[in-house]
Amino acid sequence: MEKRPVSFYVLAAFFGLFVLFLYGPTLTIGILSFQGPTGGLTFPMRGVSLHWFRELFEQQAVGDIWGAFRRSFALGLMVMVTTVVVSVMSGLAFRKRFKGSAVLFYMAITSLVIPSILISLGVGLIFNQLGLKIHWATSGFGSQLTWTLPFGLLIMFAVFNRFDKSYEEAARDQGATQWQTIRHVVLPIIAPSLIGVALFGFTLSYDEFARTLLTSGSYNTLPLEVFGMTTNVTTPVIYALGTLTTLFSFGIIAVFLLSVRIMSKRRAKMGSDVGKAV
Amino acid sequence: MAMSRHVTGWLQALPLTVVLGAFLIAPIIMIVVVSFWGATEFSIYPAFQFDNYSYLFGSAVVWKVFFATFKYAFITWVFTLAIGFTVAYFLAFHVRTQAMQIALFLLCTIPFWTSNIIRMISWIPFLGRNGIANSTLISWGVIDEPLEWLLYSDFSVILAFVHLYTLFMVVPIFNTMMRIDRSLIEAAVDNGASAMQTLRHVILPLTKPGIMIGTIFVVTLVMGDFITVRFMSGSQKANVGRLISNDISLLQYPSAAATSVVLLITVLIVIGILLRFVNIRKEL
Repeated sequence: MEKRPVSFYVLAAFFGLFVLFLYGPTLTIGILSFQGPTGGLTFPMRGVSLHWFRELFEQQAVGDIWGAFRRSFALGLMVMVTTVVVSVMSGLAFRKRFKGSAVLFYMAITSLVIPSILISLGVGLIFNQLGLKIHWATSGFGSQLTWTLPFGLLIMFAVFNRFDKSYEEAARDQGATQWQTIRHVVLPIIAPSLIGVALFGFTLSYDEFARTLLTSGSYNTLPLEVFGMTTNVTTPVIYALGTLTTLFSFGIIAVFLLSVRIMSKRRAKMGSDVGKAV
Repeated sequence: MAMSRHVTGWLQALPLTVVLGAFLIAPIIMIVVVSFWGATEFSIYPAFQFDNYSYLFGSAVVWKVFFATFKYAFITWVFTLAIGFTVAYFLAFHVRTQAMQIALFLLCTIPFWTSNIIRMISWIPFLGRNGIANSTLISWGVIDEPLEWLLYSDFSVILAFVHLYTLFMVVPIFNTMMRIDRSLIEAAVDNGASAMQTLRHVILPLTKPGIMIGTIFVVTLVMGDFITVRFMSGSQKANVGRLISNDISLLQYPSAAATSVVLLITVLIVIGILLRFVNIRKEL
């Protein structure tokens, strides 16, 4: 191997600082969440304890965070499944030009770049004027989809840009119908990318704030509950909650990444060339 | 098989169209309509008046707030671009094995999948009056008094923006860099270009599409934000998003809607200009 230039070490140091910048604050509140019972929001640590985590489990101290967690989890799953299905379908649609495809594409981009509070406000107004009750599973669900679907669609564009069409042609030459081709050839090849779409769908929903703010109704999702806490909770209990939900997010990410790994390993072992095209 | 490709295309695109129609287009139309309505202290009533807009454009505060919004967007853009480009350049051209590239890239993207609010909260122990930054600087003897402008200031707002959104620069720039044909760089080096010249005349021009996509993300996220500014400035600074959310909390929906319309048009003009430089679908 050739010798590394000096610039490598400078850039590596820069990268290291960037990673520290990304993770440092999160690690800090991770440490501070073990603050002793008399400790405050910053250093020094007054002893080490699980006091603030215990506090989280006492309803009256912090409000309904477990209910909020359950709602966010359920909503995350709903958004995830919908995002995967709708993104794949529209990804397939966009492979060919159809009437209005350009308009739909610009709608998706608008959905991505529109200030989130407009979705919140607009959906809230519509439900209000129609006399419907806003609820996290209806208005909140739809509003979050406007955030997750464009991401799913963009990932599908990336996937199909790299997709080798000769697999499909081979299937069709052998007499497969359009549906059989999709079901037995296209979907298995793009499956690992779908895990990526699912990861986006779940985590973007689970952490979504601005689009859910005016559309979730009387039952808060977890991010809304956390935000409510920032205005009236001044103890490290909020760090304990932050640490737990961050660990939960890390767990979810690990599960998704592991399943991608297992899937591609299994493929390699079966000696199939499926997926090489991706 | 007899179905025309237009029909198949539309059937497959139908769910997306329905969702965007109901939760994107209809709300935008609703906001435009309501922006002409009137409001009392307790309720809103249908009307067709330009009061909300004339108030909006006549108010010096509003102009200032729009200016502040652009200021946040511009400064954040400069920092995220500089940091994002450097990080992506390191990953794409200095890390040698693909396994390492993927691992380090994931390390950069994981925070994107965690909660923004928690990531904002996590700056408090750093920036507070008795926070880590102040106590470190005092113990080093750099300052005698705690710095007051670390938290609840423009500084903390922009710091949080850069912290939250640099990822949106790293990912598209890295993606574009990975697709640069390596023989172009070899050719430049063979012809005697220094590393700096290669970077300036070969890599930078070829990375422009990624920079544009990252710019679109960062600029729209910052311009549409209301929560970062509110939280990180301790409600002391304002941007257009906060103007809207304040009106909403006062139930002044028509006024909020009018501000929203102006904000949306502003954002779309900015995006329209940026999109002239890049074909998003080709670059993914």
